[in-house]
Amino acid sequence: MASNYTVTPEEILAISGVNPRRCMKCGRCTATCPAFAEMEYHPHQFVAMVESGRIGELMNSRSIYRCLSCMACIERCPRQVDPARLIEAVRLAVERKQGGNHLIPDQVPERLEPDMPQQLLVSAYRKYTK
Amino acid sequence: MQKIGVFVCHCGTNIAATVDVEAVAEAARHVPGVVYATDYTYMCSQSGQDLIKDAVKKYGLTGVVVCSCSPRMHEKTFRKAVDSVGMNPYLLEIANIREQCSWVHKDKEIGTKKAIALMKAAVAKAELDSPLTAGETPVVKRALVIGGGIAGMQTALDIADAGYDVDIVEKNPTIGGKMAQLDKTFPTLDCSSCIVTPKMVEVGQNEKIHIYSYSEVTNVSGFVGNFKVTIKRKARYVDETKCTGCGLCTEKCPMKKVPNEFNLGLNNRSAVYIPFAQAVPKVATIDPNYCLMLNKGVCGLCSKVCGAGAINYKDTDKEIEVEYGAIVAATGYEIMDVSKYDEYAYSQSPDVVTSLEYERLMNAAGPTGGELLRPSDHKRPKTIVFVQCVGSRECDSTRGGKPYCSKICCMYTAKHAMLTKDHYPDTDIYVFYIDVRTPGKNFDEFYRRAVEQYGVHYIKGAVGKVTPENGKLIVQASDLLMNEQLTIDADMVVLAAAIEPSHSARHLATMLTASMDTNDWFTEAHPKLRPVESPTAGVFLSGVCQGPKDIPETVAQAGAAASKVIGLLSKDKLAGNPCVAHSDEMMCTGCSQCADVCPYGAITYVDKEFRMRDRTTKVRRVAQVNPAVCQGCGACTVTCPSGAMDLNGFSNSEIMAEVDALCR
Repeated sequence: MASNYTVTPEEILAISGVNPRRCMKCGRCTATCPAFAEMEYHPHQFVAMVESGRIGELMNSRSIYRCLSCMACIERCPRQVDPARLIEAVRLAVERKQGGNHLIPDQVPERLEPDMPQQLLVSAYRKYTK
Repeated sequence: MQKIGVFVCHCGTNIAATVDVEAVAEAARHVPGVVYATDYTYMCSQSGQDLIKDAVKKYGLTGVVVCSCSPRMHEKTFRKAVDSVGMNPYLLEIANIREQCSWVHKDKEIGTKKAIALMKAAVAKAELDSPLTAGETPVVKRALVIGGGIAGMQTALDIADAGYDVDIVEKNPTIGGKMAQLDKTFPTLDCSSCIVTPKMVEVGQNEKIHIYSYSEVTNVSGFVGNFKVTIKRKARYVDETKCTGCGLCTEKCPMKKVPNEFNLGLNNRSAVYIPFAQAVPKVATIDPNYCLMLNKGVCGLCSKVCGAGAINYKDTDKEIEVEYGAIVAATGYEIMDVSKYDEYAYSQSPDVVTSLEYERLMNAAGPTGGELLRPSDHKRPKTIVFVQCVGSRECDSTRGGKPYCSKICCMYTAKHAMLTKDHYPDTDIYVFYIDVRTPGKNFDEFYRRAVEQYGVHYIKGAVGKVTPENGKLIVQASDLLMNEQLTIDADMVVLAAAIEPSHSARHLATMLTASMDTNDWFTEAHPKLRPVESPTAGVFLSGVCQGPKDIPETVAQAGAAASKVIGLLSKDKLAGNPCVAHSDEMMCTGCSQCADVCPYGAITYVDKEFRMRDRTTKVRRVAQVNPAVCQGCGACTVTCPSGAMDLNGFSNSEIMAEVDALCR
């Protein structure tokens, strides 16, 4: 189970490219979130929990799978904290820790297709490797 | 042979902690030309200055090098010190071993090495220094204030009070600015127009003040004490000297569907208009975009009814040039355009308004006569939601967001909430805030009154979405303290939109060569010690053009700017800067490149006769610098391809000597 794994805030920051310290706790993310009622932890709490290092709790929470990735919070966030990106980063962290590498370089050539965009390869590495 | 003294300052531990000051003094003793070197804890102190003065006398020094802080800090101090013992002040050089050395290094060995290098460079320059004498220029005893809001009016009144002539240039048909549009002022709740309109009258009646209303500054040349300013007087189509302000033309004008800018477009005015009843000057203006006569050549009603014969359809823009000794920027602010913030539905519903619009809706002289009626159906709103920080405190500027706090919104929102509750106690008011910022005399007490006495619901959270639906505004918001998402059925939503600098400010700053920050607020010469002066000599700052502030702060700054102007105008002559450029006529090829790069227009070309070796004469075109206009920036000296341009006090040979010393 995921509960055995945890990641550091630095890893989350590296995956998401977001700095939760920029948050000024305005609450526009939570105000706008259409999945609010489904969540145990709400978007503004997400940011605060990553900032204070309580990432294990997040990884175990069902909330991270309730986020629809509608990006409304990113649209509204005045501080470029972008909660949806943080949530995505935690989700990725869970996936990565659970299964290890899903993609190894040797497998790449046989899976290539001529019209596959390069960006897809890059993002596949991000998503499916540790 | 030069006899140079070197004085190394410890600046307490500011320098001495990172630079071995004794080693610097010791190194100086071995530099050729240096006859005396010492170090001291505080060179700028009286005893430190005495040390320099005594050495100048005792060793007959021909040059002084002080290794200390930036010349911006104490060059004046030390120049004055050497001047007092008969040495030309321009024979003094400063080696900046604090800001550019000790403060930026941690390693003492490296710091010391660099300090020694900087000292040697300064000594090399000092050896080539020649005495310079500053010229004098007269001061024009008249000031220009750009902007006729409360800041500009207060500055003008204070300058006029000291006996100097002041002109106000105001782009609108009347002075008064934003304050004339406000209903009440915080935290005393006194009526804004009751205190600002007497000021406007005072300005209008003051013999020392001349108002150029409906005018703009289009060009500025010259320098401190001697500015030449071109003012464009926009065509008003009404003779200011004849119009009595009776308002008959505005009544008879058939074109009545012009959005009224004084009420922020919440109602309409006629094409010929007086902005509001207490306007100064109380003179009508014809709006050329809407006037039927000017656009279609038919109508002419206003001209027919005008008893004074003031209407002139053939009026044109006129430019006048006036000389000033000092210029004050008082250009104020605008309310940010919030139409890009779609989530608040500002563009979708007339019942979503900015706070300034709300101000007009509450004002007795406003579009509803002071009765609070919402714009869509003219019904009284029962539930009102106030949203704070719309566009303020954002790091993303794609929607026009500002990184700064607009400072006044927390207080005016508390004011709006209380006034509304005062008039209509059954109104439900919600204020969504991030932080409530109320630093100021009686400010927090004021805000607490809104909460405790009036029962305004202050909610720590934000509004995420406003949806207009069946005449209601469905507000979806967060309450962070309760960790809840709320939905409120509101009748009106009021946005505390960020304030931003006047849109004309950037263009004006370019004309004035005054600097601005990244947000287009004017920059002060020193953020703490020179807050009302621009770094450009003779240009001063008054009011919000320098940064967000409320009315008392604006008035205080306006008075401070006025006192600086008075200080300048009270001088008959100003000592010029002798570090100006000059051209060597024998080397000048007349290429004009220096004149092209000169930002001050100080360089002109003249035809000059030269006597040749064979006794014939030849006429050549050569550059001449006007030393009164030159600011010594040095742009011409680096541009000149033949090396004919040189700068006093920073000559090409001096700079090369410094570089040589650094490389040695």
